[in-house]
Amino acid sequence: MEDAAVQPAHVHAPPEGFIRKFVFSLDHKMIGKQYYGLALVAVFMGMVLSWFMRFHLVWPDAKIPGLGAIAPTGAPGGVITPEYYLSLLTMHGTLMVFFVLTNAPFAGFGNYFLPIQIGAEDMAFPRFNMMSFWTTFVAFVVLVLAFFIPDGPPISGWTAYAPLSAVGKDAGPGLGWGQNLWAMSIALFCIGQLLGSLNFIATTLDLRAKGMTLMRMPICTWAWFITSCIGLLAFAVLLPACLLLLLDRMAGTSFFIPSGLVVSDRLQNHAGGSPLLWQHLFWFFGHPEVYIAILPAVGIVSHVLITSMRKPLLSAKVMIYSMMSIGFLSWMVWGHHMFVSGMNPFSSLLFSFPTLTITIPATIITLIWLGSLFGANIQINSASLFALGFVSMFVSGGVSGFFLAQPSIDIYLHATYFVVGHFHMVMGVAAIFGILSGTYFWFPKMSGRMMNETLGQIHFWITFVGTYCIFMPFHYLGLVGNVRRYSSFVDDFMAPLMPVHKFISIAAFITGAAQLIFLYNLIHSRFRGKIAPENPWNATSLEWSIPSPPPWNNFGEKHPVVFHDPYQYGVKGSKGDFVMQDSPEQVVSG
Amino acid sequence: MRATAGYVVGIAALAACAVIVHAGPSGGTVSGKVTYEGTPAKQKPIDMSKEPSCAKQHPTPITSETVVTGPSNALDNVVVYVSAGAPDESAPGQAAKFEQKGCQYIPHVLVFQVNQTLEISNADQTSHNIHPLPKVNREWNKSQPPGSAPIDEKYDKPEFIPVKCNIHPWMHGNFAVLKNSHYAVTEGEGGFSLAGLPPGKYTITAWHESYGDQSQDVTISGNETKTVNFVFKAKPY
Amino acid sequence: MGKFFGVILVLITLVSAYPIVTHKFVQPVDISTHGHAIDEQLADTMAEAGLAFVGAQLLLAFFVWKFSNRKEGSKVVHLPGGAKLMVATAFILVGTEVLALGVLGQKAWADVYFTAPKPDAMQIQAQAGQFAFYFRYPGADGKFGPLHPDKIDEGNQNYFGLDPANDVEARDDIVTAELTIPINREIHLLLHAKDVGHSFYVRELRLQQDFVPGLDLSLHFTATKTGKYEIVCTQLCGLGHYNMKAYLNVLPQDEFDKWLKDRAAEQ
Repeated sequence: MEDAAVQPAHVHAPPEGFIRKFVFSLDHKMIGKQYYGLALVAVFMGMVLSWFMRFHLVWPDAKIPGLGAIAPTGAPGGVITPEYYLSLLTMHGTLMVFFVLTNAPFAGFGNYFLPIQIGAEDMAFPRFNMMSFWTTFVAFVVLVLAFFIPDGPPISGWTAYAPLSAVGKDAGPGLGWGQNLWAMSIALFCIGQLLGSLNFIATTLDLRAKGMTLMRMPICTWAWFITSCIGLLAFAVLLPACLLLLLDRMAGTSFFIPSGLVVSDRLQNHAGGSPLLWQHLFWFFGHPEVYIAILPAVGIVSHVLITSMRKPLLSAKVMIYSMMSIGFLSWMVWGHHMFVSGMNPFSSLLFSFPTLTITIPATIITLIWLGSLFGANIQINSASLFALGFVSMFVSGGVSGFFLAQPSIDIYLHATYFVVGHFHMVMGVAAIFGILSGTYFWFPKMSGRMMNETLGQIHFWITFVGTYCIFMPFHYLGLVGNVRRYSSFVDDFMAPLMPVHKFISIAAFITGAAQLIFLYNLIHSRFRGKIAPENPWNATSLEWSIPSPPPWNNFGEKHPVVFHDPYQYGVKGSKGDFVMQDSPEQVVSG
Repeated sequence: MRATAGYVVGIAALAACAVIVHAGPSGGTVSGKVTYEGTPAKQKPIDMSKEPSCAKQHPTPITSETVVTGPSNALDNVVVYVSAGAPDESAPGQAAKFEQKGCQYIPHVLVFQVNQTLEISNADQTSHNIHPLPKVNREWNKSQPPGSAPIDEKYDKPEFIPVKCNIHPWMHGNFAVLKNSHYAVTEGEGGFSLAGLPPGKYTITAWHESYGDQSQDVTISGNETKTVNFVFKAKPY
Repeated sequence: MGKFFGVILVLITLVSAYPIVTHKFVQPVDISTHGHAIDEQLADTMAEAGLAFVGAQLLLAFFVWKFSNRKEGSKVVHLPGGAKLMVATAFILVGTEVLALGVLGQKAWADVYFTAPKPDAMQIQAQAGQFAFYFRYPGADGKFGPLHPDKIDEGNQNYFGLDPANDVEARDDIVTAELTIPINREIHLLLHAKDVGHSFYVRELRLQQDFVPGLDLSLHFTATKTGKYEIVCTQLCGLGHYNMKAYLNVLPQDEFDKWLKDRAAEQ
C-alpha cells in the first residue's frame, strides 16, 4: 500500500483552556499520557495487592497493621481471610492484565507515538480517542468500587469461570455485587479498547505521510497496528461474554449454568447452560489478549535496541512478518488453557499443534535480536538495559511454554505454580520491561526533560535480579506439584516448600520497593530533570525530528516527507552514524 | 398491747416476704419428656480426614447429630419453648456462645433470644466460615482464621436457623432465636422444665431439626406443675 | 555496565539451572501405569528447553559483554548469514524439535484419554462440592442409585442426594470421604460436580481432570504402589478452595476388602 495522498488540513483545532488541554483532550499525546497515568496508578495498586498476597502465604496468621481498618470484613483484625486472599488475587490479575498491560504499552505509548511515527498530525478519530480513554477510566472506577461492596470484591479470579462467577452470592462472599461490578467494568473496558483499536487501524492505513510506505513504518508502529487488529476481534468477543454473564447473574438466564446445581444447600433455578461455553468465549479472547500485552513491548524493545545498537536489525521485514504470524496463530491456540477442562481430548491435541508452532516465529524474533547484537555497538543506558532485560525474560518465559503446550505434560503442570511462573515471566516481567524501556527512552520526548540515569540503572539492576529471584522459583514449585490459587498452604505436602515461598516473598518486597525509585525518578525528572534536546539518543524515526515536547499538531505547519526506512544506522558516508527518516540524504537502501 | 401486736404482724409479714423472695419465682411449671417412636435414621461416623488437625481430636470419630437419642427412647436436642401466651422479653445482657471446636459446633442447637448477642468463637487450628441459612433474618457468613477474635452477631426476628460451615461440609448446627426466656433443650433422658410461668393459657411447642414441631396448649392457674409430653415419629431414612 | 550485564546474566543462568540439573525439585514418585510416559516427556522437554534457555541466555550475555560501549572507531557489522540464517535455524532446530515433542508426546495423552477402561474396571464415583470430595462405591448390586440434588442433606451426611427409601439401588451404596482402592486394579472414576467447577489432581497418579457441572466425565487408572496420597482441588471453586482435599489410599486387595466391608456397615 502506498502512502496517503492527502493529509487533512487540521484534524482538530488547537486546544484552549484547562479542560480541553488536560481533561477532555482530543490530542493523542495527552490521551496517551492519560492512559499511561492510569496504568501507573493501576500497577502500583496491583503491586500492593500482590504484596498482601505474598505476605499472607508466608505469614498467614499475621495481623497486618492498618488492613483491618481498610477491610474490616475481608481482614478482621488485619488477618486476611481465605475469601479476601482470593479477591486480592482476582483484582491483582484484573488490574494488571487489563489496566496495565493493555493500557500502557498499547494505548499509552501507541496513542502518543503512532501518529508521530507515521508523520500524522493526530489520530484519524480524535473524538473516539477521547471517548476511548474516558470509557476506560470509568471502567477502572467501576472496578475499584468493587473493593467497597460490603460483601467484598469478586473471588473468581481474573478468569471468572462459570458457574462460580455466574450463580451469584450463594457461591460465596464477593460473588454478589462485587462480581457484577467486575463484569460491568470489563464490558466497559472492551468498549474503550474497541474504539481505540478502530482508531489505530484507520490512522495507520490512512494518515501516513508522503513517502511513508507500510514497510517504512518503524517496527513499533507495526506492532501497534498488528495489536490493534488482534484487539478489535478479541475484545469484540469478550464484550458479549461479559454481557451474557451479567444476564445469567441478574436476569435469570442460563448461558453458563446447567440444571441440578446445589450451592450452599440451595438448588439453583437454572437449566441448559454450559460452563465450558464461558471458557471458550473467555479464552478465545484471552489468548490473543496476552499477545496484545506482549507485541507492543516486542515492538518497543526492537525500536530501542536498534537505536542503542547503532545498527538495524538483521531484517526488519522478518521481524514484522513474524509478529504478523504470531497475530495470526494467536487465534488458533486458545484451547491450550483448557486441555483438562473436560472438552473433547481430541480437541486438546488439535490445539497443541498451533501452540507448539507459535514457538517458531517467537524464536525467529529472539534470534533476530540476538543475531543483530552481534557486531553492534550497544550504548548502555536505562532504556537499552531494560530492552536487553526484556530479551532475557522473553527467553525465560518462552521456554516454559514448551512444557505447557503439550497436553500430556499439562496433565501434571496445569494449575500449578509452573503456569504462574510462565505467565508472570512473559507478562509480569517481560511486558513490564518493555513499558519501562519505552518510558526511559521516550520520557525526554514526552516531557522535554531527561530522567536521572543513575537512578534508572539502580532501578534496572534491582528489578532484573529481583524478578528472576521471584519468578524463577515459581517453576521449581510447579515441578514439585505446588497448586496455585491457594490462600494458605495447610497440607503436610507443602511444609518443605515454605522456605522457597519465604524467599520469593522477601524478593517481592525488595523488588517492589525498588519500583518506588522509578516512581520518584519519573516525578522528580518531570519537574527538575535536565532539559532534553530534540534527539538525545541520535535516533532516526520521526518523533526525534520534532521538539521535546512536541507542539499540539506534532509537526507544526509543515507536513513531513519520508525518504527511507528508520533503520539507517552505521551508514557509510553519512555525517553521523545515522540518517533521520525525513532526511533526503542518499542512503544505500530502504 | 396493740403496738406490740402491730410489730409482730409487721415482722411476720416481712419474714413472709423474705420467705417468698427466697423461695424463688412464683408461678407454675410445665415439665415433661420428649421421646420418639419408630426407628430413627442411623447417625453415621464423620470422616474428618480432609482436616487432619480436627481428625486427630476424635480418635473415635463423632457421628452426625441430626437425631440424638437417650435412654428409653428419649429424644435429645429438642427445643421446648412457649410459643404463645407469654409476653415478648427484651434480650438478656450475656452473650449466647457458639463454639467451633474439633470441627464441630458446640452446642449442636443453641437457643437465644431476639437481639441477644451471639458470640461465635473458633478454637481450632483451621479457618472456619460459619454460614447460618435464615429465611427471614439477614443472611451472612464470616470467616474466622485460627486464633482470631470471636464474632458478635444478633438476629432481630425469631426463627429456627440451620447453620453450616462453608469449609467443612459435615459441620451442621442450629440456632433457635426465640422471643422470650421460657425455653429448654432436652438432653440425656429427654426431660425439660419451663418454670416461672404466671397464670394464663400457653402454647408449648417442641421443635426438632429432623422431625419438625408439635404444639400443645396448657393452662396454668397458680403454682402447680403441669406435665406435657411430646412423642415424635422417627423415620429410618 | 555492558560487561556487568553479561556477568550478571551468566550468574542468573547458572543459578537458575542449578536446581534443575541437580534434581532438587522433582515430581513425587509415580504410582501409575501410564505416568512413566509423562515423566519421560517431561524429562525430554526439560532437556531441550534447558538447552535453549542456557544457550540463548549465554549468547545474549556474551554478545552484550563483547559488543557494548565499544572503543572509538569500532566497526558495526552484521552477523554473517543474516536474517536467513536465523529463520532457518528457528525452523529447523526449534520447529522440528518442538513438533516432534508434540507428535511423540501424543502417546502419553492417548494412554490417559483415548483408551477405554476395561470392562472389569472397578467403578467408583467421585463428587466434588464446596469444599470436600466424597466418594461412592456401588455396593453388592454393582449399581449406583440415582442422584437427587433436592435430597442433598449434609447435616445427615447425605452428600450425594440419595433416596434409599424409594431407590432400591441406592440402599447398598457406600459413601466415604476417602478414595480407597486396591493396588494393581483398574479403577474407573466417574466425576460428578455438585455446585461449581472443581478439579481432581493426584500428583503421584499423574492425573488431573476438571469436574464440570452438567458434564459426565471420567478417568481410569491403575495404582501400582500402596500408600496414602493427596487428592487436591485445582480449579478455583470459592473461599475454601485451599482446603479442598481428600486422601487416596492404595491398599493390598485383602485390606481393601475389609475396609469396604467396614464402611458398608457404617452406612
